[in-house]
Amino acid sequence: MYQYDAIDRQLINERVDQFRDQVRRWKAGELTDDEFRPLRLQNGLYIQRHAPMFRIAVPYGMLNAAQLRTLAHVARTYDRGYGHFTTRHNLQLNWPKIEDVPDILAELAKVEMHAIQTSGNCLRNITTDQFAGVAADEIIDPRPLAEILRQWTTFHPEFAFLPRKFKIAISGTQEDRAVTWFHDIGLQLKLVDGQVGFTVIVGGGLGRTPIRGQVVRDFLPWQDILSYCEAILRVYNRYGRRDNAYKARIKILVQALGVDAFRDQVEAEWAHGKDGPMTIPQAEYDRVAAHFTAPAYESLPTVDAGFSAKISEEKAFARWVDRNTHAHKVNGYAAVTLSLKPQGIAPGDITSDQMDAVANLADQYSFGELRISHEQNIILADVRQADLYDLWQQARAVGLATPNIGLLTAIICCPGGDFCDLANAKSIPIANAIQARFDNLDYLFDIGEIDLNISGCMNACGHHHVGHIGVLGVDKNNDEFYQVTLGGRQGNAAKLGKVIGPSFSAGEMPDVVEKIIQVYLDNRHEDERFLDTFDRIGIDPFKNRVYEGRAHGKAKAAAKEIA
Amino acid sequence: MSQLIKQQALAVDTWKMLEIADGETPETVPLPEGDILFPLAVWQARKTEIISCHKRIGLILQPDEPVEDIAGDLDYFIVIAVNFPKFVDGRGYSTASLLRQRYQYQGELRAVGDVLHDQLFYLKRVGFDAWVLKDGKDAVNAIQTAFSTFGDVYQASTSQPEPFFRRRAA
Repeated sequence: MYQYDAIDRQLINERVDQFRDQVRRWKAGELTDDEFRPLRLQNGLYIQRHAPMFRIAVPYGMLNAAQLRTLAHVARTYDRGYGHFTTRHNLQLNWPKIEDVPDILAELAKVEMHAIQTSGNCLRNITTDQFAGVAADEIIDPRPLAEILRQWTTFHPEFAFLPRKFKIAISGTQEDRAVTWFHDIGLQLKLVDGQVGFTVIVGGGLGRTPIRGQVVRDFLPWQDILSYCEAILRVYNRYGRRDNAYKARIKILVQALGVDAFRDQVEAEWAHGKDGPMTIPQAEYDRVAAHFTAPAYESLPTVDAGFSAKISEEKAFARWVDRNTHAHKVNGYAAVTLSLKPQGIAPGDITSDQMDAVANLADQYSFGELRISHEQNIILADVRQADLYDLWQQARAVGLATPNIGLLTAIICCPGGDFCDLANAKSIPIANAIQARFDNLDYLFDIGEIDLNISGCMNACGHHHVGHIGVLGVDKNNDEFYQVTLGGRQGNAAKLGKVIGPSFSAGEMPDVVEKIIQVYLDNRHEDERFLDTFDRIGIDPFKNRVYEGRAHGKAKAAAKEIA
Repeated sequence: MSQLIKQQALAVDTWKMLEIADGETPETVPLPEGDILFPLAVWQARKTEIISCHKRIGLILQPDEPVEDIAGDLDYFIVIAVNFPKFVDGRGYSTASLLRQRYQYQGELRAVGDVLHDQLFYLKRVGFDAWVLKDGKDAVNAIQTAFSTFGDVYQASTSQPEPFFRRRAA
């Protein structure tokens, strides 16, 4: 993975000094709270429900073992011994002290980590596919260009005070795993006539006004990506709305202008920057790409005999292999997902001790590197098939081998009302209650692939709109209720789920999910996943079952309210 | 007392902003003598008159006023001030980038309004060379530290037209 050189190191060290001085001036009353707010946000620091919340960047999801050990140490020393992986390649701490944050940043800087621009109305962390570089369906490894984009976003002087936050995702595979259709800019790498470039998608987003992005340029040569992004950002910085935070994202500007007029403005702006100094030279690409070369893979048979034997001997291992390992482009290797979705834990949470254990596993089995997925799990990308059994046993011993990846209980979930100031409702207890209801593994496996995503408010950090089943916390007269959507999905055919009807109380949610699953099981054809059945039979059978016996008048009134 | 920072020092500010009072319009407002920063609407309405009676002309741009409107007039201005009504309104950074990089404006480019210590570094990078620091803020400390927060930069910008990747030692 990428290793810092002199300038990268210098800049993050100077950033630590800068923030230390800003905290000092704020404490001394030289900076007002309003003046300090964007400065701390651009260093990942929120003031939250119980305490500050501190968001550390894991750029495009890549970590090495030493970095994870530092995260474990930081969480243990400055917080309560755990952290939370978010849906955008960040680790959040829920209980740090503001005064400690400069010291935390200094510890992070030693292992080439930071919290730069993880919050605030600026260019945020770049996200990508957790299987970048090893995926069997990869066209181009997105990581070198993700790193080049990371450097471009870091302290960009013109775009530090945008109308609103700005998120970029980049994907280099056949099947999009980076939610590129729902980012401010989504970049899909592709190969056309031997030339590498991007399809540039702009104006997608979840949140309060979920909108699928639109293609602004079908093919942009990779060398032009920085100058083109500058053109997009300049149009947005100048003309994005600043009068209303809810209408300030670029998606609103694209909608208001129409994608064709927006494209015209971007292309007119780009005409000035095209072929200018921000054009990426081949030498720079090569320099960065040299950090992402393949590790020293061994030449291995496609199937390891010992591995095959263990699969037939132990059902629990076979289940884990089935759900938590993934095709690798090199023979005899697999990518492994360590599930952060065991029953009864906040999805995405991990303790410091577990982080240390994962760092050891990475050193022992996966070339000392790991990744974070936007589904809030950890990936060891390069594990020999022959090592999977040992790895599984060690992961199981520290509670990281729940065989549920892609299944109902691997819930994507935001911190919700337990921690977050913005939330309308709690999300973690809902996730835990659903996990408890579906704790029978045979049943869970029988239900098969299904994404259940939960957000505690319409800001949609839990990506509820793109869950096959989406759950959104809403506030009704100071009570917490939950709205359910069906049929959302990520990937190439990404789309938003449809609201099923009036919302439910927290206590009703496990029953509601169970009824939805029951409709699927009653109706599915052989080999149909939940989503396939849903697409075939539509939303009505689900609606009918879920609202069966409920007061129609009340349900009707509430449905109107939602509409 | 205005705290004008130029060339790493506090400087005397001779420029006054022309305010349009109630009942006045850009067409009717009296044009005072001296070093005046004219609002865009006044400049557009009274250009010939201003040129005839002022040797030194200044302009003040609001965040939503497009630089394209004055792109042909830049040679007239000794000073262009860009107003930041709130420091979190980042439009002025694009205004400055365009003035310097696209239209090659050579005169003084001055940030006014809610101008604070922690934005000076970026303001300098996009092309400002004068800053009226907000009243009550420590100008001495700002001059000493705020312009040198970072020793180098990644991106191309006005103050460094070559991105770091083009300056990297081979």
